[in-house]
Amino acid sequence: MSGTFLGMPPFPVAARAALADTQLRHNLAHATGTIRAKRADVVAEVDNWEELRVAGAAIKDNALRSLDATLLRLEKSLQDNGVTVHWARDAAEACSIVAAVALSHGVDEVVKVKSMATQEIGLNEALAEHGVAAWETDLAELIVQLGDDLPSHILVPAIHRNRAEIREVFRDRMAGAGKAAPDGLSDEPADLAAAARAHLREKFLRAKVAVSGANFAVAETGTLVVVESEGNGRMCLTLPEVLVSVVGIEKVVPTWTDLDVFFQLLPRSSTGERMNPYTSTWSGVAPGDGPREMHVVLLDNGRTRVLADEVGRQTLRCIRCSACLNVCPVYERTGGHAYGSVYPGPIGAILNPLMKGVGDDAQTDSLPYASTLCGACFEVCPVRIDIPEVLVHLRSRVVDAHRPGPPSAEALAMRAAGWVFGRARRLGAVERAAGLLSRALRGRRSLRWLPWPGSLWTGARDLPVPPRRAFRRLRSERR
Amino acid sequence: MTARDEILAAVRRALADAEPTHAQVSRAYRDTPPPPDPVALFVERAAEYRAHVVRCAEADVPAIVAAAVGPTARVLLPPGFPYPVAGQVDTGETATRLDDFDAVVTTAALAIATTGTLVLDHGPGQGRRALTLVPDTHLCLVRADQVVADVPAAVAALDPARPQTWISGPSATSDIELTRVEGVHGPRTLHILVIDPA
Ligand code: SF4
Repeated sequence: MSGTFLGMPPFPVAARAALADTQLRHNLAHATGTIRAKRADVVAEVDNWEELRVAGAAIKDNALRSLDATLLRLEKSLQDNGVTVHWARDAAEACSIVAAVALSHGVDEVVKVKSMATQEIGLNEALAEHGVAAWETDLAELIVQLGDDLPSHILVPAIHRNRAEIREVFRDRMAGAGKAAPDGLSDEPADLAAAARAHLREKFLRAKVAVSGANFAVAETGTLVVVESEGNGRMCLTLPEVLVSVVGIEKVVPTWTDLDVFFQLLPRSSTGERMNPYTSTWSGVAPGDGPREMHVVLLDNGRTRVLADEVGRQTLRCIRCSACLNVCPVYERTGGHAYGSVYPGPIGAILNPLMKGVGDDAQTDSLPYASTLCGACFEVCPVRIDIPEVLVHLRSRVVDAHRPGPPSAEALAMRAAGWVFGRARRLGAVERAAGLLSRALRGRRSLRWLPWPGSLWTGARDLPVPPRRAFRRLRSERR
Repeated sequence: MTARDEILAAVRRALADAEPTHAQVSRAYRDTPPPPDPVALFVERAAEYRAHVVRCAEADVPAIVAAAVGPTARVLLPPGFPYPVAGQVDTGETATRLDDFDAVVTTAALAIATTGTLVLDHGPGQGRRALTLVPDTHLCLVRADQVVADVPAAVAALDPARPQTWISGPSATSDIELTRVEGVHGPRTLHILVIDPA
């Protein structure tokens, strides 16, 4: 992948460009709507869904609350299973560990299972600098990689591309990366998938080194878990001789039986299936079966910074299901690229500022504002991360980071709103004034334009005309 | 300081203000009543993933397998496969050689009713992991008494020390315009034979 998120404009600028792209908006609305409906169906058939969510959150909280001890336990179990354990403070350190393993086996290519952690650290670019090609093997990642593109969704990274565009990418680019696309390739999804199968099979069969992430790492048993659909994960975990897994330190769960919660929560929340096609678990080297040499890189890269944030640390429970993306009204309209990170949507709006810190970068600082605080993300989150709470907390941290200096228009507006809402009498007066305004605007349902500073709001939104009578007034009249 | 020491120190600093006590994890979710007929539910749910599922008697296994793979198929069997099915037993072929086989026939460790899932722990009769991955067709045999009710029952029964593959239908992708396509890298066709007791 030669695309990069570095230097992306702040969210409002990038979002405006995305909003102008009607094809993108159409694809996104279709995708998020479809997955949302599937998820709702399979969640509704689980009677104890709420119990599972509560248990999932508690298990993760316990692991995080004693993360030092949990990680040491994991390290010991992995080592007992014959796995070499590495620790990486940041992206550069993690990349050089993976590169060193690859180079020590004299290879110039590795096959990769889709993994958020390896995208986060920019592993493909780093390996390329060492002369090692990293082949993405997930279909969507292949589309993104061959197209020199950026992923736009955690689960379906190429959701912004339609079938005709994908055929073009395959026809023009596959030959340069290995086996060419067949002549007369159609734009039928089954044909495109078959072309990817043939293209990648050649790579799976010859690869010596594979790189994966892990959805879960079990401290008690040193078991790693990869959850997937296509079988490319199984190929990478099984056929090569050497396997390197890059695992964020928050992926650890205490015991094997804790997985009985997550194996229910994750597939239903993620793809909206009762179970994903393939889940692989392995506890180190198995004699006569699969890789003979295994490495695990335990990655910090900002996670301990998240852990130190009292309100924000719940974010580390995230199991990257992407349910929050699919219900988010902002994500549905802007798509993933506007967030300028491999973690888009509501989770990205909190995870990026928490991992990177606020106050240094306008792009990161804009993310906590990429939300209407509607709360839909919290409703669907399988590990009950209160995303709106963290967003509000981060907004105040962004504001604090930019003090001293003149308060921003939003800070002033919020302060004025606080003053109005703080006293019933003041609120009543404002509501009466709004009612008068409404009468003056007879018949109009929404305002498309307000004078400055209101134009900052109406530049991207319509404002509903205030009701003639406020709710509070109606209520007191009916008493 | 090594990376390890530095990360662990950062973790401890980050948690300095955190409650040391652990939350009690309620396992009430494990108390759901089992489905009335787990085997029937497994058959129904596995079929919804577009696996081909049949219930049969043990005596019918060879004929059903032969019909499913076709007369010319090159069939691979894992060591320790317990049923009289025609095929070549794996002797540790390379992945490239495995690619020459059309189908593989195996047993399973257990099956899960509520999710329609097969679990292989790659013991005798199931073979190393590559066997059920490279050939394009997988036939999996599971006895009715191996079907457990739900995911917690499966996790409790399985040994984490063994490598496991949980299989729910054939390999699939929805990466292109969310259109489901069966078979990207794993077997494109999955047959499941549920063997009822004689
Ligand atoms: S925040 Fe919750 S809903 Fe969003 S990806 Fe993470 S686990 Fe899923």
